[in-house]
Amino acid sequence: MSDTITLTADAMGKTPRAPPPMAMLAELTHRCPLACPYCSNPIALTRANEELSTEAWIGVFEQAADLGVLHLHLSGGEPAARRDLVDLTRAAVSFGLYTNLITSGVGLTEARIASLADAGLDHIQLSIQGISPESADRISGYAGGYERKMAVAGWAADAGIPLTINAVCHKQNMGEIDAMIDLAVRLKARRIEIATVQFHGWAERNKAALMPTREQVERATRTVAKARENYQGILVIDYVPADYYSKYPKACMGGWGRVGLNVTPSGRVLPCHAAETIPGLSFETIRESSLARIWYDSDAFNAYRGDDWMPDLCRSCERKAVDFGGCRCQALALAGDANATDPVCIRSPLREHLTREADALAATPSVDFVYRGR
Amino acid sequence: MDGPVISGASVVKLARGVRLREDAVRGQTVLLAPERAMAVDDIAVAIVEALDGERTLDQIAADFAEKFDAPAPQIAEDVMAFVRELSIRRMLEIVE
Repeated sequence: MSDTITLTADAMGKTPRAPPPMAMLAELTHRCPLACPYCSNPIALTRANEELSTEAWIGVFEQAADLGVLHLHLSGGEPAARRDLVDLTRAAVSFGLYTNLITSGVGLTEARIASLADAGLDHIQLSIQGISPESADRISGYAGGYERKMAVAGWAADAGIPLTINAVCHKQNMGEIDAMIDLAVRLKARRIEIATVQFHGWAERNKAALMPTREQVERATRTVAKARENYQGILVIDYVPADYYSKYPKACMGGWGRVGLNVTPSGRVLPCHAAETIPGLSFETIRESSLARIWYDSDAFNAYRGDDWMPDLCRSCERKAVDFGGCRCQALALAGDANATDPVCIRSPLREHLTREADALAATPSVDFVYRGR
Repeated sequence: MDGPVISGASVVKLARGVRLREDAVRGQTVLLAPERAMAVDDIAVAIVEALDGERTLDQIAADFAEKFDAPAPQIAEDVMAFVRELSIRRMLEIVE
């Protein structure tokens, strides 16, 4: 039994032929009542009147299933802000897609969750921002959010929909990881995803307020290891450590254009959330092209496949088959060049500078958040 | 806090949100769970399909041993190892 499907296509060859995508993230809308200061949505948010119609989304789901997508993530913004969420779910399920709702919980009612269950929704991922109303609602910028999340978890359990708790951790809540894990167990979640904040989108603006210290990161890693032992068979814990304190970059998105794709509210197809920050790449929309053509043949998706694009440092490195050169958006943000070695890598000439910057940001005393969209 | 203990007397089935699916594009069968897709071979498919929430794991192993004319202890061991793996990944509902 292997953990993930072996990708048979030779992704490292000189003439890369991509395997079919496993997962699609459908950002149904950018609208969201919360204002999390690390939101992965772009700084320029798509307006409601630019969003794809119900029929257009259903067409994308059908194309995705035909293309080989197995997991569909309905996300946003807050996907519950779409009035057609139940219809979209029913359509996705009808194409055989494993349908997962990634939600803040705000906008869901007991009746709506029951309708989603009837429509065949496979799974809910519910975000938490902290372990008390005070801490969580301050971070999300939404009073009453925490209480609503607790109610949503109960309704999901009553409806029989399996639950994962999503927790983004950062300087201001890293000490709560233990309690977040306990909360997930109390909420009858089967899984928790604890992801250290990634500095793209709004998080880049809030770097000084969010950057954890090295001590926090080391303690978090120990906490997670211990909790995995304690809760074996009860709670699966997926943990994304802070990559600024790692030796090697993360295999961002499992490799550019290799495992998954994102579709924005207006139908633009991206290899990852932040890809639009990279200058010189132009991303097509499903209004003008098919998902299959964009995945296999578009210049943007082929830009960082294989190793032709890599600097010598990466192309000659044995880890290129592990991390695929790291994160292109991070290379752009930190090195000013999307083609550069990810500066997180210890072999990058920029790594020392990055370590100093991270330590300085982590040591910055409390700074006010810039809230998303406010 | 202790996780569930699985024995030959356990009766289990796939948890809600976990299911087998034909993956026509890649020509294989996959077991889908939250954020997980596992390619499963014919033996794994047979075991998963046998987890009906009615028979004990011992009964399932005995039925396989008879059906495939194979040594029961070996089959019981294989079934148990696979089922424990699924349990750790929270893919099972323990019926009793």
